Amino acid sequence: MTKVLEIDWKMIEAIINNYGANPEALLMIMQDISEIYHYVPPEVVPVLAKRLGVRESLVYGVATFYKTISLEPRGKYIIQVCTGTACHVRGSGKILEALEEKLGVEEGGTTNDYLFTLEAVRCIGCCASGPVMTVNKETHGGLDRSSVLQIIDGYKKAAS
Amino acid sequence: MAKLKNQEALEELRKQLQIKRQKEKRKVISLCAGSGCGAYGTAKVHAALMDELEKQGLKNEVLVKLTGCHGFCEKGPIMVIHPEGIFYPQVKEEKIADIVEKTIKKGEVVEALTFKDPSTKKRIVHEQDIPFYKLQHRVIFGNNGMIEPTRIEDYIAVGGYSALSKALFDLSPEEIIRQVKKSGLRGRGGGGFPTGIKWETCRRHDGDRYIICNADEGDPGAYMDRSLLEGNPHSVLEGMIIGAFAVGSHEGYVYVRHEYPLAVKNLVIAIQSAEELGLLGKNILGSGFDFDVKISRGGGAFVCGESTALMASLEGKPGRPRAKYVHTVAKGFRQNPSNLNNVETWANVPVIINQGPDWYASIGTEGSKGTKIFSLVGKVVNTGLVEVPMGTPLRSIIYDIGGGIPKKRKFKAVQTGGPSGGCIPEAFLDLRVDFDELTKVGSMMGSGGMIVMDQDTCMVDVARYFLDFLNGESCGQCTPCREGIKQMLDVLTDICEGRGKEGDIELLEELGSMIQKFSLCGLGTSAPNPVLTTILYFRDEYEAHIRDKKCPAGVCKPLFHYEVDEKACTGCHVCAAKCPQEAITGDKKKVHQLDQGKCVKCGICYDACKFDAIVVR
Repeated sequence: MTKVLEIDWKMIEAIINNYGANPEALLMIMQDISEIYHYVPPEVVPVLAKRLGVRESLVYGVATFYKTISLEPRGKYIIQVCTGTACHVRGSGKILEALEEKLGVEEGGTTNDYLFTLEAVRCIGCCASGPVMTVNKETHGGLDRSSVLQIIDGYKKAAS
Repeated sequence: MAKLKNQEALEELRKQLQIKRQKEKRKVISLCAGSGCGAYGTAKVHAALMDELEKQGLKNEVLVKLTGCHGFCEKGPIMVIHPEGIFYPQVKEEKIADIVEKTIKKGEVVEALTFKDPSTKKRIVHEQDIPFYKLQHRVIFGNNGMIEPTRIEDYIAVGGYSALSKALFDLSPEEIIRQVKKSGLRGRGGGGFPTGIKWETCRRHDGDRYIICNADEGDPGAYMDRSLLEGNPHSVLEGMIIGAFAVGSHEGYVYVRHEYPLAVKNLVIAIQSAEELGLLGKNILGSGFDFDVKISRGGGAFVCGESTALMASLEGKPGRPRAKYVHTVAKGFRQNPSNLNNVETWANVPVIINQGPDWYASIGTEGSKGTKIFSLVGKVVNTGLVEVPMGTPLRSIIYDIGGGIPKKRKFKAVQTGGPSGGCIPEAFLDLRVDFDELTKVGSMMGSGGMIVMDQDTCMVDVARYFLDFLNGESCGQCTPCREGIKQMLDVLTDICEGRGKEGDIELLEELGSMIQKFSLCGLGTSAPNPVLTTILYFRDEYEAHIRDKKCPAGVCKPLFHYEVDEKACTGCHVCAAKCPQEAITGDKKKVHQLDQGKCVKCGICYDACKFDAIVVR
């Protein structure tokens, strides 16, 4: 299943204008676009280059250098399992494993229904509550294998 | 609110705010809404609290403050009721009615909800009496629990912006620099460079000078910068404005991680409200000095904590570092003189200006002055943010404040300095923590992450973990870092998966020394530290992996298995009930059996057994 996407060019234009089409704001512009589509649609790249007056190669360079930007479609819920040191010593590896099994995707993958994308991230700064994960903007702390599965079921239910 | 036109207007506002507070005599409920407590459900507790106060008709008699991080994140969500300072940890929605009914209405303490000291088993009612807080010296972090970060009035009421006013009207830029130099403040981001000297050098270079705050807190396991920005953003801004005045800059940037949405949000509000009051922008407090601050959100790249990479990122480019033949204080952001300091460093500045450099320098050690906030995390009872004077012994931080290691496990090491730091073994527990002492034992201060490891942590796995992290974060420009780290990671992965061979340790040492010597930036030159320190202090663990094909800590899956200790097993059946593979069988009150064929080594039984009857072999 591939995802067909209608890009709202007016919205893209509004985001660019919000930063005064400043090329120094390229990364933040792409972050804002990701807020809407969960990724940066590659069709946007030439438009960004033109509007900001930079080369397309720079836009690609920035998009691929920073981990918060993806050029591949991602799910409605982006699960980010913290694998910072504190979470690592408290067993975040096992949380990631449990999620991989549950969702049937590997780290970095997106489920076929585009509901979930599973990512491992470096430290989200909730070190005392580890292991921690975020689902979009919600943070869940003190996880273990069973609680994490319940949380996923909760999101599945909310989506259906 | 109207713009404050001069120094007197600020003091008048402060006076009014303080009088208003004294008159009100309301109870204040301070509820932590920092990211740590948030992960444990502050939002639900807050909603329940507001409902209950409404129901009981107490809404106008109580002031509820959603504050930033209180530091004791292990016990979140945290509630403190003032003026008494009654401390309720791990507050649940269903206990709210009880708290409102008894404590708010009748002034009684709900004993069952108070903090229970894990070592003495005694209940402690007041925040200030809890050992975790009592033994700290909270110069920078102390106001977090008192102020609502989105209300500038709260910051002003506790003395906020008085240092700025003093700096602008009573001190010259040269005098400010002299005081910061005299205070002995060193950069809190990891480098430990003397802040005053940096400012002085930047001021000497001509051009449009920039002030930058490094809030790209990348060290995994450290989150004090996040908590400061979330909980007390004005203290950071005030430091930046004073720095700008001293250096002679009119434009500043905060480079903050996109992964810290609450910090970004609170900072945006803080900047707006400071502008409204005339504490930022044109003609600050009528002094004639102009300074603007903008926010730039980073994109999740560890290397962007490095000054030249950060400035490249600010310019909208990939964050790749450059060789520092010319320092950023001479040519940095937009090729102009740029003064970069970390969040915690900026927050120290108002304290130095207010209390004086001599007072500040009286705290700490010979070479490291003031306090330092550490993020005490990992295998320790009281995890959280701990602010102590420089020079406090590791043992005191981990055992007296941190409450030691949970589940009666044995301490193995403490990792400091993030991926650039090292692992410090038990033999050095009496080390007095400051910049120089940590470097002497092969680690470093870094930004203040302190990750405690116990007997169940495999030091080879930890080394492999950091190399894996750095392998992903290397920007790829220089060969020693890009290729060297990859080769070291391959060797370590082989060791962890049972393919280690004689000579691997020596090979790691050789590669490590090469990467240290020839890498372009700090990421590369410090990358081998976690491997080299673990080899230095835990060589026997490496040897067990390579020679005996055993992982003594029970982490590297191909190198261990679980067994039931027949002498210790009571047949309680807890492990068997929890095993997802149904690999454990046995009748109640009889010794259980573990089927190695079915076991996937998930460790659930090991964690669940209260009798230490599941053992690593």
